Amino acid sequence: MNPTPAIQIAGLTKSYGDVHVLQGVDLSVEKGSIFALLGSNGAGKTTTVKILTTLLKADGGQATVNGFDVATQAQDVRTSISLTGQFAAVDEILTGRENLILIAKLLRQKNPGAVADELLARFSLTEAGNRKVATYSGGMRRRIDIAMSLIGNPPVIFLDEPTTGLDPEARIEVWATVKELADNGTTVLLTTQYLEEAEQLSDRIAILHEGRIIANGTLAELKAMFPPAKQEYVEKQPSLEEIFLAITSKSNGASATPVKES
Amino acid sequence: MTTRFFGDTAVLLGRSLRHIGRSPDTIVTTAITPIAMMLMFVYVFGGAIDTGSHESYVSYQLPGILLITIASGIAYTAYRLFQDKNGGMFDRFQSMPIARSAVLWGHVLTSVVANMISLVVVVLVALLMGFRTSASVLDWLAVVGILALFTLALTWLAVVPGLTAGTVEGASAFSYPLIFLPFLSSAFVPTDTMPGPVRAFAEHQPVTSIVDSIRAIFAGQELGNELWIALAWCVGLLVVAYVLATAAYRRKFA
Repeated sequence: MNPTPAIQIAGLTKSYGDVHVLQGVDLSVEKGSIFALLGSNGAGKTTTVKILTTLLKADGGQATVNGFDVATQAQDVRTSISLTGQFAAVDEILTGRENLILIAKLLRQKNPGAVADELLARFSLTEAGNRKVATYSGGMRRRIDIAMSLIGNPPVIFLDEPTTGLDPEARIEVWATVKELADNGTTVLLTTQYLEEAEQLSDRIAILHEGRIIANGTLAELKAMFPPAKQEYVEKQPSLEEIFLAITSKSNGASATPVKES
Repeated sequence: MTTRFFGDTAVLLGRSLRHIGRSPDTIVTTAITPIAMMLMFVYVFGGAIDTGSHESYVSYQLPGILLITIASGIAYTAYRLFQDKNGGMFDRFQSMPIARSAVLWGHVLTSVVANMISLVVVVLVALLMGFRTSASVLDWLAVVGILALFTLALTWLAVVPGLTAGTVEGASAFSYPLIFLPFLSSAFVPTDTMPGPVRAFAEHQPVTSIVDSIRAIFAGQELGNELWIALAWCVGLLVVAYVLATAAYRRKFA
């Protein structure tokens, strides 16, 4: 049989008053895989991540991370994970290097300075390392944020909407980093509201909707589950690009004003 | 776990002390309002106030000004906590295998250090304005001890809005009423000229006993019950504030 999954959730529930955010979530994430939890805003993605990272207590159900129960073995869970939250959790007043050293010290790394320098180099931040994070671009912030999460090589990494608010280039950078992590055997659970991101990165995708997992499988499986490709007749309107090209080529040597042709 | 606690607290204290080093304006802004008040009280109102004592008015009002300094300084703790909570640093720390209480203690001890620096600035200005004391080194240590205890108590109180406030303004606004407490005390005028209810309030709130104790120490007078009342207030406040802060923390990060 399969080895123990890196993350195992069964019947997880959580409510805030009358709002039932999670209504029985079941999930299993294999070791070394990238698992995408897909859902719109308010679907319960962040709540799930908070419970798995011991920031919130569930009302019911069970969850284990790296074999440890999140409710009863919270401290063991914390030694096995790292969390990169929705907003880059970096200290803006400190430099990038100081941020890394701070986390390295808290994780009792032997040589915090060396750990920081190695990560700065790996994330192409060596030059910016001694600048305050407040001066960083969104993509750089995210990179230092993820770098902080890698200190101590935790076997399971949670990325809560890692690319929300990033420009396309920064997004591609983050994707490359995540792929590299999984190649090295780290389990990654990421939440996203971008379908393309789930498609690009993940081995398996689960769709969380109104507090329940309504679909779960590989991309190919999900594609097979849904209405097959069908042929439709669609009247093709010209795109702005086509209009633009048509006008500019026509105006070559002639006037740009609309010309009536008989 | 205890070694974790001390190690982690030291690391986090180092982090927020670095914040203060990077923005020394927090020390200056903490000290500037009390200094302005002191100038006003000494050079504007002071001449008309009869304190019934032999000491100069600058010496008379200094203890109250010191407490106002602390009350305005602790707002920064609420501010920094709020930033950590909203910026995600709190979640990051909480998901790490560190001593969880170290996250709060790091901020609280930073507040004590920062306030002590602001207090030194205010005392230096008071010395320039003619404040003189016969206090010995031991007396000074007693004053520092009382002020540190008061800072600790008010800082734990500041942790509550820091954790629960919805906006950054809300997080720091709570200290304004605290700044006004010294006005309803023996800090600037003797309480016996106040009308009944005001006087009753003034004489039974923490600031009066703390002010009276520090004033007596500075003036080299015999210390009576007021010191014990002051200490009881400080310790009582500290315990209540600590319990409230821990409860607010539990509600947030159970």
